[in-house]
Amino acid sequence: MENTLTQNIITDTTNKLSDEKECLKVNNLNLHYGDKQALFDINLSIPEKRVSAFIGPSGCGKSTLLRCFNRMNDLVDNCHIDGSIELNGENIFAKGVDVANLRQKIGMVFQKPNPFPKSVYENVAYGLRLQGESNRRKMDEVVEKSLKGAALWDEVKDRLHDSALGLSGGQQQRLVIARAIAIEPEVLLLDEPASALDPISTLKIEELIHELKQNYTIVIVTHNMQQAARVSDYTAFLYMGKLIEFDNTNQIFTNPSTKQTEDYITGRYG
Amino acid sequence: MDKNKTGQHISHQFNIELNEIRNRVLEMGGLVEQQINNAIKSLVEGDTNLANAVIQRDMKVNAAEVAIDEECSQILARRQPAASDLRLVVAVIKTITDLERIGDQAERIARMGIRLAEQERPKNGYHELQNLGEHVARMMHDTLDAFARTDIEAALRVAKEDLSLDQEYDGIMRQSLTFMMEDPRMITRMLDVMWIARAIERIGDHAKNIGEYIIYLVKGKNVRHTSLEDMEQELQD
Repeated sequence: MENTLTQNIITDTTNKLSDEKECLKVNNLNLHYGDKQALFDINLSIPEKRVSAFIGPSGCGKSTLLRCFNRMNDLVDNCHIDGSIELNGENIFAKGVDVANLRQKIGMVFQKPNPFPKSVYENVAYGLRLQGESNRRKMDEVVEKSLKGAALWDEVKDRLHDSALGLSGGQQQRLVIARAIAIEPEVLLLDEPASALDPISTLKIEELIHELKQNYTIVIVTHNMQQAARVSDYTAFLYMGKLIEFDNTNQIFTNPSTKQTEDYITGRYG
Repeated sequence: MDKNKTGQHISHQFNIELNEIRNRVLEMGGLVEQQINNAIKSLVEGDTNLANAVIQRDMKVNAAEVAIDEECSQILARRQPAASDLRLVVAVIKTITDLERIGDQAERIARMGIRLAEQERPKNGYHELQNLGEHVARMMHDTLDAFARTDIEAALRVAKEDLSLDQEYDGIMRQSLTFMMEDPRMITRMLDVMWIARAIERIGDHAKNIGEYIIYLVKGKNVRHTSLEDMEQELQD
């Protein structure tokens, strides 16, 4: 009884970054779009099977940084990156890294749900088909497991072969997450996954994030600070392309170390 | 956290709300301080009218606690304050609880003052209780001052002052026991004296608690149930 009284209700209050197992490590990352530098000397390590949130004002570079993790910036002209990002110790920018392969390990979900104009089933099975899987039973299994994992199964199990475009926004977003986890990535990147959703769908996504961190490392970019406070274990504050502070979320939201972080999360003039 | 910072939110209304609860706490603190002074005065001077006034006004203190509490709940629900704003609201909620209890102790002193006023007065006119009471009133004043200026050094001084108040209280307890042993007819009166001294000593503890909340507000560190040395150490970090 006495023990339970003093236990932390929120389990990670005292967790330290330095005690965590590292999943992604960013080393001296500088990123330019043409002449304009968007990220300055970013160094941080994303802990494994935890939720890390990036917050900061518009244009601070948080989405840019997120997109570096699965090399989405490769598609941007004039984008030049120095430094490295290691996934389990291996540089993802190294020559010979297959980008398609990388994106299997590091999945991504965007602000607006983007299901394919196919059935619910085919959306989830898509990645597997791409990998050459043709065993129908195996496919059924993975689709069910992924939809359950994305907390969508009960809502769609009777309409698996209807068009995914008929689902609500919140359901579509969970479908996209199911599609991402069907190929069993290690990391899930979420770029404002709930900002286009209503409050109830938002809570479902947040609940899902909480479930998903049992199996995946999650990095989420959000404009909603309360959301970062609710779902994340660690929070990074970025400002004008620089990483200002990266620490335990409880610490950031009750007693941040830097004045810039404090001013941002309390809504003061910067 | 310096005190002017509440005035820098992008939301003007939020500035107003935070300043409002801060001012209300100081107002409530002023009322409580007055209650202490009047309670002690009524006791020492045997003024039952003043004592009755103290008892009546405790309702105001209680009402202030409820009102500020309500205001804090609304800010939590509507603004979801973070960092120093959150700590301010939490510190305020705790501070007003202690202020309300100080108010209760003042009322208790006034009630016992009324009882003592009916009895024969001692030669020294409750001099020792007057001293103890003035001591705690000064402490209370300093505490509110520290709150108003969010001054952690002053808050630490209050915590130190509580030690010397405790020593003074121990002295009164020993003295009362001696009187009781010398003359058993004194027992009833001396028990009342001891109860009053106890009430005053409790006020000192509450003032110390408020000092700790101020330190939490400014530094974000919990210094409750720690020694003075540890507290000083924390403030230096």
